[in-house]
Order: sequence, then C-alpha cells, then structure tokens
Amino acid sequence: MKMPVAAVALLAASALGSGCKHESRDLRPTEAVSKAGGGVVLSTLFAGGVPGAIAGTLQANQENAYAMNEGKRLFDAYNCSGCHAHGGGGIGPALMDAKWIYGSAPQNVYATIVEGRPNGMPSFRGKLPDFQVAQLVAYVRSMSGLAGGLWAPGRNDSMQVKPGENTVTMQSPVRAEGAPPP
Amino acid sequence: MHVAVTHGCRREVNSAPLQSRSRTVQRGTAGCALLLLALAGCQRSAAAASTDPTGEWPMVGKDYQNRRFSELDQIATANVSKLKVAWTFSTGIPKGHEGAPLIVGDMMYLVTPFPNRAYAFDLRNPGGPPKWSYEPQPSAAAQGVACCDVVNRGPAFWQGKLYFNTLDGQTVAVDTATGKEAWRTRLAEINQGESMTMAPLVVKGKVLVGNSGGEFGVRGWLAALNAASGKLLWRAYSTGSDADCLIGPDFHPFYAHDRGRDLGIHTWPPDHWRQGGGTVWGFVSYDPTLDLIYYGTANPGVWNPEMRPGDNKWTAGIFARRPEDGRAVWFYQWSAHDLYDHDGINENVLVDLPMGGRTRAVLGHADRNGYFYLLDRATGEVVSAKPFATVNSSHGVDGKTGRLIPAEEKKPRQGRVVRNVCPAAPGAKDWQPMAFSPQTGWFYIPHNNLCEDIEGVDASYIAGTPYIGVNVRYHAGPGGNRGAFTAWDPVAGKAVWTVSETFPAWSGALATAGGLVFYGDMEGWFKALDARTGVLLWKFQTGSGVIGQPISYRGPDGKQYVAVFSGVGGWAGSVVSGDLDTRDATASNGWGDVMKDLKGRTSKGGTLYVFALP
Repeated sequence: MKMPVAAVALLAASALGSGCKHESRDLRPTEAVSKAGGGVVLSTLFAGGVPGAIAGTLQANQENAYAMNEGKRLFDAYNCSGCHAHGGGGIGPALMDAKWIYGSAPQNVYATIVEGRPNGMPSFRGKLPDFQVAQLVAYVRSMSGLAGGLWAPGRNDSMQVKPGENTVTMQSPVRAEGAPPP
Repeated sequence: MHVAVTHGCRREVNSAPLQSRSRTVQRGTAGCALLLLALAGCQRSAAAASTDPTGEWPMVGKDYQNRRFSELDQIATANVSKLKVAWTFSTGIPKGHEGAPLIVGDMMYLVTPFPNRAYAFDLRNPGGPPKWSYEPQPSAAAQGVACCDVVNRGPAFWQGKLYFNTLDGQTVAVDTATGKEAWRTRLAEINQGESMTMAPLVVKGKVLVGNSGGEFGVRGWLAALNAASGKLLWRAYSTGSDADCLIGPDFHPFYAHDRGRDLGIHTWPPDHWRQGGGTVWGFVSYDPTLDLIYYGTANPGVWNPEMRPGDNKWTAGIFARRPEDGRAVWFYQWSAHDLYDHDGINENVLVDLPMGGRTRAVLGHADRNGYFYLLDRATGEVVSAKPFATVNSSHGVDGKTGRLIPAEEKKPRQGRVVRNVCPAAPGAKDWQPMAFSPQTGWFYIPHNNLCEDIEGVDASYIAGTPYIGVNVRYHAGPGGNRGAFTAWDPVAGKAVWTVSETFPAWSGALATAGGLVFYGDMEGWFKALDARTGVLLWKFQTGSGVIGQPISYRGPDGKQYVAVFSGVGGWAGSVVSGDLDTRDATASNGWGDVMKDLKGRTSKGGTLYVFALP
C-alpha cells in the first residue's frame, strides 16, 4: 500500500502534536496559577471581565500525563493518602469508586480541595498554589478512570497496593448516598 | 469496724447513688444477702471492693478495676439457650458502636457515636421511649480527624450527672434527672488533629478524660476536670518536659532507663515531641487502696519509626498517677520506640493473684505487641510477659530491663517492603476490652490474628491532617482466621482455650457469675460461651456487626438482663461503615484487602439490644 508522503507527514505531525501535549511539562507555571488557590468560578458570566487561568489549567490537565503524575506525588506529599488511602478511603471517602458526594467535574473537585467540605474534608485554601491543586484534581479523577488510560499513571513508586490508575475501567459517576441535591 | 471498711469501700468504688425506691422494697431479703456478700468482698481485698450486688453497671468497665464481671447469675450455663430479645433501640446512626450502656438505679444511659447523642431510659418501662435525650451538637468537621470511624466508647456517671466526650473535643456533663446540660468544657482542638472518643472515669470527684489523634501528630494528654463545675484541674502530657508530664520528685519508675530529666524531650529528635502522639483514648483504672490511677499512652507520632530515633517517651506505655493532682508515680513502656503503631492504651485490669505462694497486687494487660503482661500495681515491675498470639516482630521481654526485644529483620525500613510482620498495626489485640472472672481466675480476651506488610515512606507534618509515613496492608495470621476469643490463665501465663473467629473479635467481653462469657462478632452474632470450656451455648444475629461492650444488670423487675450495642464500624469495620473500596489494600490504613469479604457478611446500622430469659 502506498501513501502520499505529505499524508504520512501530516499524520505523523498530528500524532506527534497531540502526544507532545499529553506529556508536556509546565515547569514554569504562570503567575496566575501560582497563587494560592482562591476559588473556582461556576458561572460563565464574570462581573468585571474574564478571570484568571485556573479554569483552563483544570481542563488542560485532564489530558496531561505529567499533571496526573505530579498529582499522584502530591497526593502523598500533602497527606491526602492519610485519609483517602490510595483511593480506597478510610477517614475520608473512597476516591476510586463511582460515588461522588460533591460532584466529579474538575471544578467540583477543585472546590472540594480549596474550600473543604462540611463533614471533615479540610480546606486547603491559601496553602497550595493553584497549579498544584489542578494537578491533584487531574489525579483524583484518574483514580476512578475518569481520565482514561492514556494519561493516567501506571504504577506506584512504592508498594503495589491496588491496580494501576491506567487500568481502572471508567466508573460512571453516581451521586453518593447523602449527597446534596444537584 | 467491718462495716466502716465496707462503707468506705462502697463509697469509693461505686459512687452511684441508689435512685430506686421501689427496688429497695422489691429486693427484700435477697438484697440483704447480697449486701453481706459485698461485705465479704470488701474485707477480702480492697482492690476487689467494687463487688456490686445491686446489679448496676455504673461505669463502662463495671468497676474501678475494669473487670467487666457481673455478679448476677440468673442467666447461667443451664438456661442461657433460652435467652431472648427483651427490647431494642435504634440509634439511627450507621457508624461503629463501640460504647457501653450504663445502669444506675432504675435508669439506663447511652451515648451514641458522632453526633454523640445521649439517651436515658427508665427501666421500669422496658421498651418505652427515652425519658430524655440530649444533643451536644459537635462540629461535623471533627469527622475529618477521627482516625478510626467516629466512635464513642461510652459515658461515666457520678452523683447525678452523666459525663461523656464529644468527637470534636469537648467533655459534657448532663443532669441525669432532667437531661439538661450542666456544663461543657472544650479540651481538644480539631485543627491540631485532636478528637475525643474515650469513656471518662470519675475518681474522687474528678472526671478523667484523654484525647485521640495519634495518627495526626498530636500531643497526648490525660486531664482531670472538676465533676461539679467542669473546671480543668490538671493536665498531664505524654511527651515534653517533666513539668508538662507532671513528673516530679514522687516519680519512681521501676526500670533505670525510665529515670532522668525531661526524657519526654531527650528521647526524641529535636522538637519532634511536639508531634509525638502518646494519646490517651483507652480505659482508665483506679486502685483505691494504693490511690493510683492507671492508663496507657498510645503510639508515638508519625508511624514511620525511622523518622523518630529514640525511645519516644512517654508513648506506648503505662502511667500510674495520683488522682488528686496527676503527679506521676511510675511509668513502664510496653514498646520503647514503637515500630508498628502499637498503642499502649489497652485496658489495665486490676486483680490480686496467687503467685509464688503469696497474693500479688497486679494489673493484667494484653498489649497490641502480642504479650500479656502482669505488672506490679505499686511499682510497675514486670511480673510476667507471655505471648497470647502469634508474634514474630519481637523475641520477648527482657526480664532484667523490662524492654521488648525487637526482631531486626522485621523492623520497618524506608523504601523497602518488610513482609509478614506479626502482629500487624492493630495489634494482637486492639481497644476491645477483655473481662476477668473471679470464678475461674481467667481473663477473657477478644483479639486479632493479623500480620502485615509494611513500608516506610516520607511523611509531611501538616497540622490537622494525618501523620503516618508508612504503607501497610494486613493479612490473616497463621490459621487463616482473622480473630480469636481466648481464655487466659494469668498465673500459668498460657491460654486455657481459644475460639477461632473469622473476623477480628472487635467487641468487648463480659463475664458473669452464671459461668458465662459474652461477646459479639463482626458478622452480627452475639454469643454466650461456657466460661470454663469455651463451648458456644447461645447466639443471636443482631443485624449488624457487634463491636460494642456487653454489660449485664438487674432490672427493677428483679430479672437479669444482658445488653450490647450492635453496629459495625470502628477501625476494623470501616470497610463497611465508611463504604471503602477494597481494591485498595491500604484502605483505612491497611484493612482494605483483609476485610473485603465483610461487606457481603454484614451491613450498617446502630441498635441497642437487651436480652433476658422469658
């Protein structure tokens, strides 16, 4: 089978392009996302103009392996694993299952981390820079397969205690028992 | 003379006033006979003074010695098979119920897990609605610093008030006549990771309470509050300076390595004592003759032992203190430089045993590290320490120094998985309190049979969040059963009989003069065994796993009752009560894989069950 050279080049370029993006490492986060997490906007109407870059970062991280791996590292470093274990839960709810008490969308998870939740989730407001919160958001969603196997981490650096995030079949989010009405 | 002794003895040990008029009449001659029995009990030994003939259950451990032995014998080996439910009460809370009801006069008092509601029931109307209920309304955020489900281990009663702790760190006093709050005192701070789950003990008008939060790098303490006003009288920390630990000239620990200045600072890396743990969430005992209170201190802060070289005093040990001002008299460390989250908080049961031709005043203690200790109550000397479960993480207790001898190859290491360490972090026995029967002279120990794989990892201290630094996963110990119920002969230092349990035996034990022992399993069966043989005589399916503390009492109708909370949860049961995902073996710090079948065997829900003969 023959293929025009131009078409091959185009295919390669597109594959390369998307591949690069999935693995791209934002090693110099902008000033806008380096500020401590200050909240997320749930509306598309902004008084005083369109706000900072966090919404875009949250979205971009959903398809970025580096962000998810960083999120996995931070998940231990900030003691998330102390309560949620490696996704199975403990003091806090399991994160690798389909149940989402406060919503599964990136902005919901972001709000949960920054604002805290009334039944014991501490607020990390003012403690973590926004880009790290966004990395944690991407990783937390990957735990129940919401990220897709292409970008999710494969294995642990430490004891293997659960299936790799990239092998988790996507769990369609359901509202947990006791969750507030949508 | 005898009467005076007895009187003092009664006043000291069971301060609960007799509230019942009708019952005094009903009791008649039987009451007189029982009173004589009590006299005899007091004369025999001051330490056994709390022999309580009234059929009350005035404190969670029944008496100051924490024996959990009921003198009642209507329900006995011959008729226990006819035991039936008399009445029940749903708490409406789907979390772990580790508490015990109290019986004082004609009343029963309960405290639920978070949100820590208190209820009073008039036993003259069994099955009737609560006489009153009281809601302390603790902060919901406290659930985020409760390491092991939002449990509460019960209230205390003294002179017309009910005392209990709220998860968010308050001690509350409620007037038992009206159900109205008398006072509340905030002692713990959830933003430091502190919570409160233990059952208070009232000694000489002082409410003794301690904190929880050993998984959050808190500093442990025991505090005494004025029972009338709630005013803080003293607080003894488990780490830090001698002044903070109320260690002074009266402190005479038995072993030389426990002597020296400010060991609560110098046995730690610089400043680590500030996050050093040593919380006080177990049961407190009291010996009125020696005038000493006894309690254990929990694991040192950050589980990862390589982050805290040193003996880490005064964690994972036992203090004997004066109730008056809290000053320490002696200390013994079950696990110096604890390697495995082996809290030393397990209850200390005060008994006098015939040993070596004389009667010794000792305390019995089945530690998480797998050894059953007898300690001299006056001095803290180790009289004996024998393994009551599978132990490969240590080679015994050194007879000269009293120190546990760790097994080098089982020490946790940073970045390396050490496999098959027995016992696991929850220990050979966790909080679940044992009973002692003076009829057999044996202890009845509900316990675990668990080993673990453990790996040290980095931990960051962030106040109000967990401070652990290990990955752990548990598995069943030799035999494949995850729990057991053992009758232990303390003098011989060996098990008399052992019953295997599928799951960890996470409920308390009760021994009765009817020759019975009671406990529950995590599948919901509440069981009565022959205390001498261990033969199962009766069981009842309560609907949810039993992790409560069973009690027995005589009702106003003169009948003997047995009561227990059903309601799975706690650390071991959080797989069910917390809806955990068991694909993660480390769920709830190690329970995920080993308890994965519990979800199919029981379900959530708290109910008090009261049983009686038809």
